[in-house]
Amino acid sequence: MGLIAELTHRCPLSCAYCSNPLELERASAELDTATWLDVLDQAAALGVLHVHFTGGEPMARKDLTQLVRRAAELQLYTNLITSGVLLDDRAMDALMAAGIDHIQLSLQDIEPEAGDRSGGLKGGHAKKLAAAERIRAAGLPLTLNFVIHRGNADRTAQMLDLGEALGATRIEIAHTQYYGWGLLNRAALLPTFAQLESATAAVEAARARFGARIAVDYVVPDYFAARPKACMGGWGQRFINVSPSGKALPCHAAETLPGFAFPSVREVSLADIWTGAEAFQRFRGVEGAPEACRSCERVEIDWGGCRCQAFALAGDATRIDPACALSPDHALMRQAIEAADFDAPLTPRLIRR
Amino acid sequence: MTAPGETPRFRPGVKFRFDPVRQAWMVLAPEKLFLPDEIAVEVLKRIDGTRTTALIVDDLAQAFQAPRETIETDVRAMLADLVQRGAISL
Repeated sequence: MGLIAELTHRCPLSCAYCSNPLELERASAELDTATWLDVLDQAAALGVLHVHFTGGEPMARKDLTQLVRRAAELQLYTNLITSGVLLDDRAMDALMAAGIDHIQLSLQDIEPEAGDRSGGLKGGHAKKLAAAERIRAAGLPLTLNFVIHRGNADRTAQMLDLGEALGATRIEIAHTQYYGWGLLNRAALLPTFAQLESATAAVEAARARFGARIAVDYVVPDYFAARPKACMGGWGQRFINVSPSGKALPCHAAETLPGFAFPSVREVSLADIWTGAEAFQRFRGVEGAPEACRSCERVEIDWGGCRCQAFALAGDATRIDPACALSPDHALMRQAIEAADFDAPLTPRLIRR
Repeated sequence: MTAPGETPRFRPGVKFRFDPVRQAWMVLAPEKLFLPDEIAVEVLKRIDGTRTTALIVDDLAQAFQAPRETIETDVRAMLADLVQRGAISL
C-alpha cells in the first residue's frame, strides 16, 4: 500500500505532457507542514509502506526534508519523484541526512536543446545531469524516467544509452499518459505506430543488453493497446493520493470525475477515508468494475481499466476503458491516433494567475 | 553459484524491515515489495554487509541446531533467489 504525496503543483518546468490537472492548485491552498506530518503518521499506522513525494516539483516545498525525515522515522520507504533542477549539493546532503531511500529523476530528452525546449526551462537539462551525478555520488540507486511522445520517441535507444552512461540502475520509458495537460496536448503528443514499434524494439534490445544490471520499465500507451491497464493497481486498492490542498483521491486524475465528493485529510482521517469513503469504494474491486467486465477472465488483472479515461474519452466513468478492444468505445482510440498532428500547437502547463 | 568468501549485502535503495501493521517482515524497493518466507527472514536478518555467507551459514546452523550442509544448501538457494529479485548483491 502506497501514499502518493502530491506536495505541490508548483514546478519550474512546464512540460506539455504533464498529467497534473488543468486546474493547478496554488501555493496558498497547499497543506501546511503539520498536516503533512500528521498524514504521514496516519499513513504508517494504516499500513502504508511506500511514500512517493511528488508534485509538481516536490522540492519546491521548503519543508520537504522535514517530511522525508518523519517518513524515514516511521520506517516508510521514501521515494522522491523529481525533475532534479533544484537538487543542488545542499539539498542532496539534507535529503541524505533525512533518510531518503530512493530518487526518481526525470529527463525530457537526450541533449540540452531538446530537453530544455520540452521542459520549458533554459539550463534545465544540464542541471538534471548534475543531479544524476549527485544522486549516484550519494550512494543512492538512480532511477531515470523518460516520458516519451511524438517529439522524442525516435530517440528512445539513445535515452537508454544515456541512462546507462549516467549509471542508472533502473530506467523507465513511459509513453505519455493522456490525462490533464497530456490529454489537452494529445494531438501533438501521440506517437505514430512506427514510432511505437521502434521505441518498443529499443526497449527490448536494451533489456537484452542490460540483463540484471539495469532494469528497464516500459509503460505502454493505451491508445495502441488491446487491453487496458490496471490503473493504480485497481481503484482504491493500492494507493491513496493526497493532492496539494489535501484531497484524498484514488488516483491523481480522479478529480476530473463528476459526481464525487473527495474527502479532505484536513477533515477526515486516512483510515476512515480508506475504509469508509464512498469515493474510494465506488469503483473498488470486481463489484466496482463496469458491469460487462465483471465476468471477464481479466477482471482481476485490469479491473475494467481506468475510470478517468472512460470518462475523459467516452463521457461516462462507469463505461469500459476505451483502451480495451472489447469496449464499444474502442474506436475512439484509433480516431485519436488518426487525428494526431505533429504541427498541432503545444500548450505548456501553467498555473493560472 | 555463491563462493564461500562472498559477503551478501542489501542493494542500495532496498529496505528490510518488520511491519507492525501486518506483523510481517518485508523487503521494500522503489516500486515493489515482497514478503520473504521464514527461512529467508532468518537469512536476511543476518545480512549486515560484513558477514560472509560462510559466517551466516555457521550462525544459522548453530541457532537452529541443524546440519551445516543442509543449511548451506538452503542459504545458497535463498541468496540466489534474493539476487534474482534485486534485493541483495554478493
